[in-house]
Formats: sequence, C-alpha cells, structure tokens
Amino acid sequence: MNSVLITIAVLAALGCLLAVILYFVSQKFKVYEDPKIAEVEAELPGANCGGCGFPGCHGLAEALAKADDISAIGCPVGGAAVMAKIATILGKEAGSAEPKIAVARCSASCSTRIKVTEYDGAQSCAIAASHFSSETGCAFACLGHGDCVKACKFDAISIDPEKGVVVDEEKCVACGACAKACPKNVIEIRAKGRAVQGKNRRVWVNCVNKDKGPVAMKACKSACIACGKCAKVCKFNAIVIENNVAYIDYTKCKACGLCLNECPTHALQATFPAPPKPAPKPAAEAPVVPPVQSDVKPADKAE
Amino acid sequence: MLKTFSIGGIHPEENKLSAASPIQALPVPAEVKIPLAQHIGAPAQPCVEVGAKVKVGQLIAKAGGFVSANVHSSVSGTVKKIEEFVDANGMKKMAIVITVEGDEWEETIDRSADIVRDIKLEPKEIIAKISEMGLVGMGGATFPTHVKLAVPEGQKCEALVINGVECEPYLTSDHRAMLERPEEILMGVKILMKALQIDKAYIGIENNKPDAIAKLTELAKNYPGVTVQPLKLKYPQGGEKQLIDACMGRQVPSGKLPINVGAVVQNVGTALAVYEAVQKNKPLIERIVCVTGKPLAKPSNFLVRIGTPVSACIEAAGGIPEDCGKVIGGGPMMGRAMIHTDVPVIKGTSGILLMNKKESKRPEIANCIRCAKCVNVCPMGLEPYLLSKLSAKEMLDEAQGHSIMDCIECGSCNFTCPSNRPLLDYIRLGKGKVGAILRAKAAAAKAAAEKK
Repeated sequence: MNSVLITIAVLAALGCLLAVILYFVSQKFKVYEDPKIAEVEAELPGANCGGCGFPGCHGLAEALAKADDISAIGCPVGGAAVMAKIATILGKEAGSAEPKIAVARCSASCSTRIKVTEYDGAQSCAIAASHFSSETGCAFACLGHGDCVKACKFDAISIDPEKGVVVDEEKCVACGACAKACPKNVIEIRAKGRAVQGKNRRVWVNCVNKDKGPVAMKACKSACIACGKCAKVCKFNAIVIENNVAYIDYTKCKACGLCLNECPTHALQATFPAPPKPAPKPAAEAPVVPPVQSDVKPADKAE
Repeated sequence: MLKTFSIGGIHPEENKLSAASPIQALPVPAEVKIPLAQHIGAPAQPCVEVGAKVKVGQLIAKAGGFVSANVHSSVSGTVKKIEEFVDANGMKKMAIVITVEGDEWEETIDRSADIVRDIKLEPKEIIAKISEMGLVGMGGATFPTHVKLAVPEGQKCEALVINGVECEPYLTSDHRAMLERPEEILMGVKILMKALQIDKAYIGIENNKPDAIAKLTELAKNYPGVTVQPLKLKYPQGGEKQLIDACMGRQVPSGKLPINVGAVVQNVGTALAVYEAVQKNKPLIERIVCVTGKPLAKPSNFLVRIGTPVSACIEAAGGIPEDCGKVIGGGPMMGRAMIHTDVPVIKGTSGILLMNKKESKRPEIANCIRCAKCVNVCPMGLEPYLLSKLSAKEMLDEAQGHSIMDCIECGSCNFTCPSNRPLLDYIRLGKGKVGAILRAKAAAAKAAAEKK
C-alpha cells in the first residue's frame, strides 16, 4: 500500500515540477502571432488551393493581417462575403473583387476538329504537349487529356467529348489551378459576369488559334478567323484582334450579345442566347444593359 | 569476354533489316526545304536573299552563336522563299526553300573518290574548318562538332572514342558507312586525333557487326594509335557515358562531361563528315539515312541531300504500306513519331522507321508491381519508378536529389516495365522542369555576379 502512495506522490510532484518548467520555457520561447491571423484563417475556406497566390490559407491570413491595405489581395474561393467578414475582423477595407470563373477558350470536339494523327502515350496534357503540337491541325487548342480535371480540387471541371472542357459554374471558385496546369494556356480566369435572373451573363471567344484565317479554318470548323466582324459591331471597344485571334476584354464587355450574331464560325460563346437578329434598339429589351455596378473595380488581370 | 558498360542495359530485338542493302544515292528532289535549326543551340541566320541563285555547298545561313552551326545549300537552284514550316512534331520552324535547277557544285569541293591522306591543316585550323563546314553530331543529337572539339582550359583530352555501336534496333546507316567507306572514316579519326592533339582513339563496334569489325581492324593497322574495340551487344551502348565506360573503363561522374574523364566522343558518321569537310572541302550537305521497318517493301540505306522530304525517302523504299501505324524519325528506342512525312531530312536524321499497326500500339498501362526491373536496367543507375512518380507529383526538389538530370532518356525503363508504365514520359517531363529551374537559378546567379 505504501509503495502505491509513494509512487503517486512522486509522480504528482514530478508532474508539478515539469509543468512549472514547461510554463517558464513556453514563456521564454514564446513566438508571438497576431491572434487575428487565427481568426482570419477560421473564416477562410481551408482548401489550401493557392488561388490567392499565397501558400495555403494560413499564408493568406498572415498576409491579410500584415498588410495595411488589403484591397488588392483576397480569397477568390470565399469571394466578397468572406472578405467582408475578414475586413470587419481586421478593421480594414476589403477590395471588391469581382467574382470570377475559369473559362476554357476552346470548343474542341471531334465534330469540329478533324484528327490528323493519333496520340497513345501517357494520358497527360503536359507530356503530350512536350512531344508534339496536337492530334488535330490546330497547334494551340485543348489537348483533351484532362490535366485541368486532375488539377481541380473542387471537382468543377469535366471533359465532354462533344463540348470540350466544361466548367461547373456552381463549383468553380476561380482558384486558377486549372489555368496553371494547362500547357496550352487555353483556360483563362474571367469575370463571372453580371447576374440576370439568377444567370451570369458573359461572352468570350472560344478559340486561341493564332494561325491565319484560312489555316485556322482548315484545322477547325469553329476557329476564330480574325475577320474582325465582332470588333466592328462592339459598342464598347471590348474586342481586340491580336495575333489573328479575337479577344474580349471582360472589364469592358457589357455582355450585350451583339457580337454573337456576327461571328461566321460561331467561335463566340455566351452563357445566354443571342439577341434576335435585327439587333434590337438599346432601350427596347434587355440586351444592352446598364453598366456594371460602378463600385466594381476593373480587374487588372488582362490576358 | 567482350567489353561493355558496367551497369544496366537491355537487349531489344535487333531487326537490322537493311543491313545487307548497300548505300544508294537518292535522286535530288525538285525542291528542298533546309531548316535553319538542325542542331542543338541557336538557329542559324540566313545569309541569302529570296531569288538568289545558289550552288551545291554554298553557305546559306551563318551560325547564330558559338553553340550553333552553319547551314549550306545541298542543291543548286534558286531560293524560292524563307518561311515557316511545320516540323515533324507539329511545331513551326524557319526554313530556306530552294527550287532545284541542275546540279552545279561549288568549284572548291573535291568530288573525286580518291582518298586524300596528307593532313595539311594545323589543329586550330581543323577545328575552324569543321565549324565553317557546319558539322554536327551525326548520331542524332546534332551537337555542333567544333564545340565538342574545343577542349576547355584546364581539361586534358587523352583519348578519342568513336561511336560505331549503332545500338538502336533497326538502324544500319553507320554499319553501312563502316563497310563501304572505312578508309574515309579512319582518315576522319586521324584528323580528329590531330585536332585534339592526342595519339589514342578507340572505335567501339558492337559484335552484331562482325564484318565491320573485321574490315576496320584490318585497315586500322595502318593507323597508329587507333584501336577497334569489339563490344558486347547491349543497349544503350551508344550513349556517350556508356561508350566511354565500355571502351576505356572510366565512369563519367554525375553532372560532368566526357572531357572530365579525358574523353571526346564522336560518331562514325561524324568522322566521315570530318574527313569530307577537311580533306575534300565538302560541307555537311548530305547524309546516310536508313529507311527501314517491318511493313516496308524495301528497307534501304540512302545517301540523301539535306532538305529532301522524308516522304521521298519512304517512296524510294517502297512507299508507305497500308499496315503502317507510325513513322518514326530515328530509332525505335529514342526516336520520335512524326505527325506528317512532308518534313525535310536534316543533319540529325539517322533513320526513318515505319512500324506496323500492331507494333505501334502502346500496350495498356497497369499498376507498378514494385519489381524493380527498371532500376536493374537503368544504365545511369537511377530509380526510374521513383523519378517518374516524383515528376508526376511535381516534387521537383526530391527528383533533383535523386539525380533526375542524369537521365539520358534511353527508354530502357519503359522497354522493360512489365506493367507498361510510361516511366520515361514522366521523367522527361520532370527533367525539363528541373532543368528550367536550374537554368533560371544559374542565370540569376550570373546576373547577381555581374551586378557586383
């Protein structure tokens, strides 16, 4: 009996002694961390996707707590709602970044692009791109081996044999992992567009082929041939033709859809139906829309 | 026992279908397309105008730097255009297109078949001549020859190793050259020895070419210092580091060059070109191309002018058969499939291989069964299964730690894998990325050093 009591007493005394030592050690070697960092991190989604440009959510939280002006940084996944909460925690002004989405600028499908050769190597776009241009005549387009699908941590991308790369609007958080994984730079992170009746309206050029018109057309039926019709009809100077391909600047585009009827190869794609053909007068119908909210800062991320 | 390299190696089926077919000169085509980048390094800069009349052997593009090579016209005629063309990988490259008119050679070129034995030039002049004549490694890697011969200060070259191994299955162009032009090759070796100021050279030949070994051994008696070294049959014996190991018993350390162990390696094709350039004043305007493959009607060896379309070579060997699944530029182990055949033969085109549909299909990929066969066969002593995994997972620091940069991309791991895993595909990808990082670091360090 006695030995049991002695054991308990010794262990208890040892425990107390070590606790005191540990307390002083922890005081001495304490690393101060802004408690706000933990608070901010708790608000962040915690996917560690790296879409913000920092190493994981903790990295972003640290950067947010440190920075005096946080308007330029933010979490693309959480969006405005999360950033507003963080802004109140930190007592700083949050930037009002426009919600964005990944857009695949290629409508690659077997029906529009004829295969000229066949690749049966490792199923990876990066490897295929290191070997050769493409299975089709277009050296710029989607290769279709799904590096973007593998890169997406939110299960938002799939490859449809008919439509090419399909981005799920609900799931995509615009972290940019797919755009980084794509060796052909087909995927671009663009503004989601203004929501009308619960649907975001946006228009983009579904082609990145920099070949001259006839060459591009020979390779793919739905290639942009840089005819310039869309640029001519655009009232907002949002469309530029560069390197034989049209590009719509999403900071200028108002998603009126006038260009959609002009494209001879249907290389333009929109999330809404094209306006009826003789273009309606601006006031008559929805197409020409009021400018996007004035407080929206134009994103500085050009092509 | 015959010599060979010490670690790894495989035995692919030889299939030397065209070994018995003598070298035939292919007729000059109606038009040639001569690319400006036929070598490793900076592309050459064109020095002729559209519409200019050129002769065979005339300089049409000047080297674009030290690691670069001159390009000469392989035909006589008019420069039609200088424009982009789509190469065998589908990438755009610049080329000079020449319409052929007659066959008028530069007067300075000695076209007789006599062997010129007297080497008049001094070592420095020989290297300058080789550079002027646009010579590059003829084995396929196309590294400019004059760069290899310029031994850096502080290094000493002790022996020249001539690669007559031709370890790639199917290919026979070097074999035929050794049989039909042995004197010229040996003279080339002599010239190279003089350029390097050494008195020792090995010619490594695998023992599946006994006729070439016999012929060269017999003739080499008249060339002091030249040893013909028969080697045991093993792939990839033609790799520089493997060949030095096999012939000289020296291992090139990781990250080092052959010159660090006192060796310079050149291909037999290069030795032949060196002879022609130095003694006959003939630039690199034609090469021996082996057109072969099981579905092909007449596997042959052709002497082809640079710039001739690959399709013309295949046509001369019987045309593309119905059962053709792949056309490969180079050998089956390290060659690359072409996406079309309307591409020119360049300085590095050692072979054109046609495969039937069944052969060219890649077998289905299964899981790694940890058998370590790839580790056993890797001639560089690497762990391909690990490197491919690290590359796929983008763990580049670890990959570098496991010496991914030492991979010579011989494909032995792919060949031996019982699960048909695309090991080399991933390793090559990782190697590219690690190489880019290393180059960026080196450039940053250089910039920082210059600032100071």
